Amino acid sequence: MKFDKPRSLGEALSILADAELEPHLLAGGTDLLVEIDTGRTAPPHVVDIWGIPELHGIQREAEGVRIGSLTTCTELYRDARTPDILRDAAWEVGAEQIRNRATIGGNLGTASPAADLTPVLFALGATVRLCARRGDRDLSARQFITGYRSNALRPSELIHSVWIPDRPDDERRAFRKVGTRRAQSISKLVVAVAFRIEGEVVIACRGGAGSVAPRTIDLPVLTREILGRRCTPERIAHAARMSAALDCAPVDDVRSTALYRREVFARVLVDLLSR
Amino acid sequence: MRHVGNRVARPEGPAKVEGRAVYVDDIPRAKDEWVGGTLRSPVAHGKLRCIERGDFDFSRVVVVTAEDIPGDNVQALIVDDQPILCADTVRHVEEPIALVAAPDQGTLCAALDALEPRIDPLEPVFDAERSQDVQSEISIDKGDVDATFEGATRIVEGEYHTDSQEQLYIETQGMIADPPTADGTITVRGSLQCPHYVQKALRRAFAVPPEKARVVQCETGGGFGGKEDYPSVVACHAALLAHASGHRVRMVYDRNEDLLATPKRHPSRVRHRTVVADDGTLLAMDIDVLLDGGAYTTLSPVVLSRGVIHAAGAYRCDNIRIRGRVVGTNHVPYGAFRGFGAPQVCFAIERQMDRIAASLGIHPVVIRQRNMLRLGDRTATSQLLKESVGSEEVLRRILAHTGFDRHEWRKERSGNKRRGVGLSFFYHGAGFTGSGEEMLKGKVTVELDDDGCALVRAGSTEIGQGKNAMFTAIAADALGAEPDAITIVDPDTAAVPDSGPTVASRTCMIVGGCLDKACRTLADRVGGDPNTPFRERASAFVRGGGDAVATETYGSPPGLQWDQNAYRGDAYPVFGWAADVAEVEVDLTTFDVEIVRFVTCVDVGHAIQPQIVEGQIEGGTLQSIGWSHIEVMTAENGRFRQDRLATCIIPTSLDTPPIDVLLVEEPFSNGPFGAKGVGELPMDGGAPAIASAIEDAIGVHVTHVPATPERLLEAWLEAHPDDAFFEAKR
Repeated sequence: MKFDKPRSLGEALSILADAELEPHLLAGGTDLLVEIDTGRTAPPHVVDIWGIPELHGIQREAEGVRIGSLTTCTELYRDARTPDILRDAAWEVGAEQIRNRATIGGNLGTASPAADLTPVLFALGATVRLCARRGDRDLSARQFITGYRSNALRPSELIHSVWIPDRPDDERRAFRKVGTRRAQSISKLVVAVAFRIEGEVVIACRGGAGSVAPRTIDLPVLTREILGRRCTPERIAHAARMSAALDCAPVDDVRSTALYRREVFARVLVDLLSR
Repeated sequence: MRHVGNRVARPEGPAKVEGRAVYVDDIPRAKDEWVGGTLRSPVAHGKLRCIERGDFDFSRVVVVTAEDIPGDNVQALIVDDQPILCADTVRHVEEPIALVAAPDQGTLCAALDALEPRIDPLEPVFDAERSQDVQSEISIDKGDVDATFEGATRIVEGEYHTDSQEQLYIETQGMIADPPTADGTITVRGSLQCPHYVQKALRRAFAVPPEKARVVQCETGGGFGGKEDYPSVVACHAALLAHASGHRVRMVYDRNEDLLATPKRHPSRVRHRTVVADDGTLLAMDIDVLLDGGAYTTLSPVVLSRGVIHAAGAYRCDNIRIRGRVVGTNHVPYGAFRGFGAPQVCFAIERQMDRIAASLGIHPVVIRQRNMLRLGDRTATSQLLKESVGSEEVLRRILAHTGFDRHEWRKERSGNKRRGVGLSFFYHGAGFTGSGEEMLKGKVTVELDDDGCALVRAGSTEIGQGKNAMFTAIAADALGAEPDAITIVDPDTAAVPDSGPTVASRTCMIVGGCLDKACRTLADRVGGDPNTPFRERASAFVRGGGDAVATETYGSPPGLQWDQNAYRGDAYPVFGWAADVAEVEVDLTTFDVEIVRFVTCVDVGHAIQPQIVEGQIEGGTLQSIGWSHIEVMTAENGRFRQDRLATCIIPTSLDTPPIDVLLVEEPFSNGPFGAKGVGELPMDGGAPAIASAIEDAIGVHVTHVPATPERLLEAWLEAHPDDAFFEAKR
């Protein structure tokens, strides 16, 4: 196994551009090291990006917050600039040791359908910045995730940062992770919503969910069924049912059942939208 | 009594807390030491045709198959049906087929990868109900059940299920074997509960006398029954590789292999049919117990025995019929786990008692008070309860503490988060069943040295339960010595007698009892003025040529009678008694169950080390809490699905409620200082108490543990179809 540990972004991008074998990026290592240890992955080339200062930290920008891809769950949780539901999600990831190493970029990069942070990024309309020697590009988080454990990242690219637009004052946000126990659990389902109500009418609604489909999903049916409508209990229940039926495609696995996931997704959605 | 009842330092404690304790994997590598691994079956049932060797230079390693076993290819335990290595028919996934030893881990993995067992698949059996392979059957008959059913006006029926559970000791299975010495002695050291069980297995595998099979216990990171029988398997494997390679061989399972290949709690199905009078008096009980034993007999007949004996619960009834059977399937053999058959049947009878109470409209406390066994009553096996019966006192204390008797059980509740409270009441026989202890004749030797210090030699193992401190306290008080005059010799079959296995809640009561007697014998011999420190007197006694060694062999209390054929008589020397009250909150959005509070009241006879006893009760209770609603352990095509710590879920500290432990001490005349068993009892009552609390909260009669959110949701939607977003497709 070839191993590189670049000290700057430029160096890392050169390594990636010149790589002959498909390089695996090592950030906090909470996914990749487990995969190597269990023999599920045997990467020929690993690039450890942990030592790249440009990828760490959270910055205020004109109309949003830019979060470096190597920002850990602990840093996200502790930083007041992190939107509330992203802090909630970061707090519920793994255990203290995992949170000290697991990064927002790694959560996106692994693209696990059970990722806890990614649904929140969907709900917040976040943008992912990808860097390569040939130039940068920005994709919405939703576009970035392309399927089961797959994403839009090219071999020559790495995730530079995540940009989250400033939140409107009247936005309501809610997040819920349903796990197998009260700590150190992988989600049975995870749901995030951000919505706005003017009068009684829903004027904005965006959602994200994990562990209810082969990939992290946004919730277009929910948005369709609730946007521009009066936010009554009946409408919420209807929208939740439609979203559970059409947005979700859950399966039975070692953590839960498809039946539970679909039903409880709807129940959680009602709970989150009724807050 | 200066140390019994007061805290004695745990001799092994500081090293464990400071991380200095040396477990199997921590023992420094010897020069020339090799590492061992196991080739296992990928299928649950089939004919082993051959083991194909792929592209690898096998001269670099040593491969052992069934043909290379010097003695019998039998994993010696109860029935000779389990081979050490599969020679012919594969009966479960992960069954050992061949062993490999290599100079290093990389070479070992490459060699294992190059070996391919060729197996012609056979139809597997996974459903215990359909298995024709009865490993053991037991019946208990008391009174005239049929006649009572014939004239009955009120019959309550119930069927209850419990799933498997993983012990999840922190330290995985591990052994180090040395090649035979010039005189043919094999030495194995490892993580284990029962050195003499391992010795017995080695003797059979190598056809050697006991003195040529030496077994040493290393520091052991937990067992909970999981290191009762399986260490014999690992020990035989490691010793065969050491024998074949001429190298010291170490085998330490990683968590994945440990979870997939080692025994867990038996899944159960228990049916109850009960005739009750209008006032709730139990008139007749008809009980059918079915356990899935897995692919080989292992300890299953003994697990069934304890299950059957406890199946009628801690209740008085003149007419009882219990039919129990454990059947073979193509699951990984199920084995010992704290409680040993009792938690399964305790769940069933306690749920049945709640069901009876609900059918009569009486309080769960009342049905238990009306029927509980008391001093002078007879159990299902017609055992007369002559002493140390804490039944009334544990219930009285827990009710005084919780007020559960004033709680309106199963009252209609509202809101999205609903609270409920539940009770369980139970007992657990201490020590081996029937004439088990009489046949075992456990021994303890105490030896005084020139300095007047006592060496305690017993085969009992320290597995985190506090045996060393408990023995120290008993020995100190029985001798009239200070704890620093007591040394507990680490178990090594070359240095300690066979005290019997460290299982069955027997170490304190049985082995501790022998220790107490041996020490009193020595104290009598030493004699002298009690005001002179014991060490001074003992030292003078030993230097003066006195007989400094006392060995005590266990003898049953007088008058115990057990008929093994009829399953009648004194099943245990004594019982521990307990009651649990659980308070839960069920979230109707997710059906997560939070245990808000847990109270357990236990009659332990006498707490030799109260802090350790409370720790045992808290730990056992937490395992029971985990089993009740969190710990899922299921097999798919015979393979356990929960094969990593990421998927094998046990409670974290956030899932752990405050646990109030109330101790009751009804002394047992034949236990050391009145003590009786406590190790397993706390595993029995948590699941039914929590199930009862869930029923109280949301009105769903839980009959299957673990009561996962998935199961509760389904039960809730069945009862409240209007609340469902989607029609449940079953």
